Amino acid sequence: MPELLQEYLPIVVFFGLALALGLLFIVAALVVAVRRPDAEKISAYECGFNAFDDARMKFDVRFYLVSILFIIFDLEVAFLFPWAASFGDQGWVGYWSMMVFLGVLTVGFAYEWKKGALEWE
Amino acid sequence: MAIAALAFYVFAAVAVASGLMVTLARNPVHSVLWLILAFFSTAGLFVLLGAEFVAMLLVIVYVGAVAVLFLFVVMMLDVDFAALKSGFVENMPFGLLIGAVLLTEIVLAVGVWQFGDAAVASRAAVSPTPDEVSNTVALGRLIYDDYLHLFQLAGMVLFVAMVGAIVLTLRKREGVKRQDVLAQMYRTREQSVELRDVKPGQGV
Repeated sequence: MPELLQEYLPIVVFFGLALALGLLFIVAALVVAVRRPDAEKISAYECGFNAFDDARMKFDVRFYLVSILFIIFDLEVAFLFPWAASFGDQGWVGYWSMMVFLGVLTVGFAYEWKKGALEWE
Repeated sequence: MAIAALAFYVFAAVAVASGLMVTLARNPVHSVLWLILAFFSTAGLFVLLGAEFVAMLLVIVYVGAVAVLFLFVVMMLDVDFAALKSGFVENMPFGLLIGAVLLTEIVLAVGVWQFGDAAVASRAAVSPTPDEVSNTVALGRLIYDDYLHLFQLAGMVLFVAMVGAIVLTLRKREGVKRQDVLAQMYRTREQSVELRDVKPGQGV
């Protein structure tokens, strides 16, 4: 489909520009910038006190829960896109199948709301 | 058309190279970043195929959400790189053995690969690319009507994932102060303020 691809050509151009600009800044920083490192300059800075831990530490599993719930609703919205785009072609079957789909996920939404999974404490 | 061919080779090369880097990178965080690059170039390949919606889905869902989830897991793993590298030599024969077995299996399976008549026929019978409608609309005409059962099953899978994530990870903490908005709003003046007549020279 050449016509479709032509519509994507500006995006490719933008990608190329972004890549070139990003590389330009990195290379310019490597070439032009003055670098006189010492132990204090290259040590990790953590608000004035000595860094006490690695960046890799166990953190709360609740971040994970939030991100899983985000993915689920992300997919729900992704299913809405083709439905909305072809809404004029849908019969009642298509309409009600989406309503049932949304209903099932609304039950899940009500469940997580009542469980307090959306609260942060 | 030359640009499309060039774009295909660029995307394909980047996809393969970044897929290789996912396994070769020492740092797991770098692996996830290479994986994101692989997702992006695969999305480019999908666009070249004319499957716009799948490409956008790949960017939104995989790059936007799944890669973040992978990063969470990698960050949570608490990886000790020195400990990771220490077992390299003694585990290498074992790893090579597994690799050799997998390679043999792949070679055997691909060597005897034959397309059945039904597969060839169904590939030939794939509905032609509709020219007058966009990819997303064409998908929308199919999913909600012809593939209704699969669509509803997808909804059920999402529902189960939601409930499962909550059941597995949610726990109530004791002794945490929460904000109760309703209680704050229903608070009246009479409940919270009291007027006292204080004599001069005395405390409350």
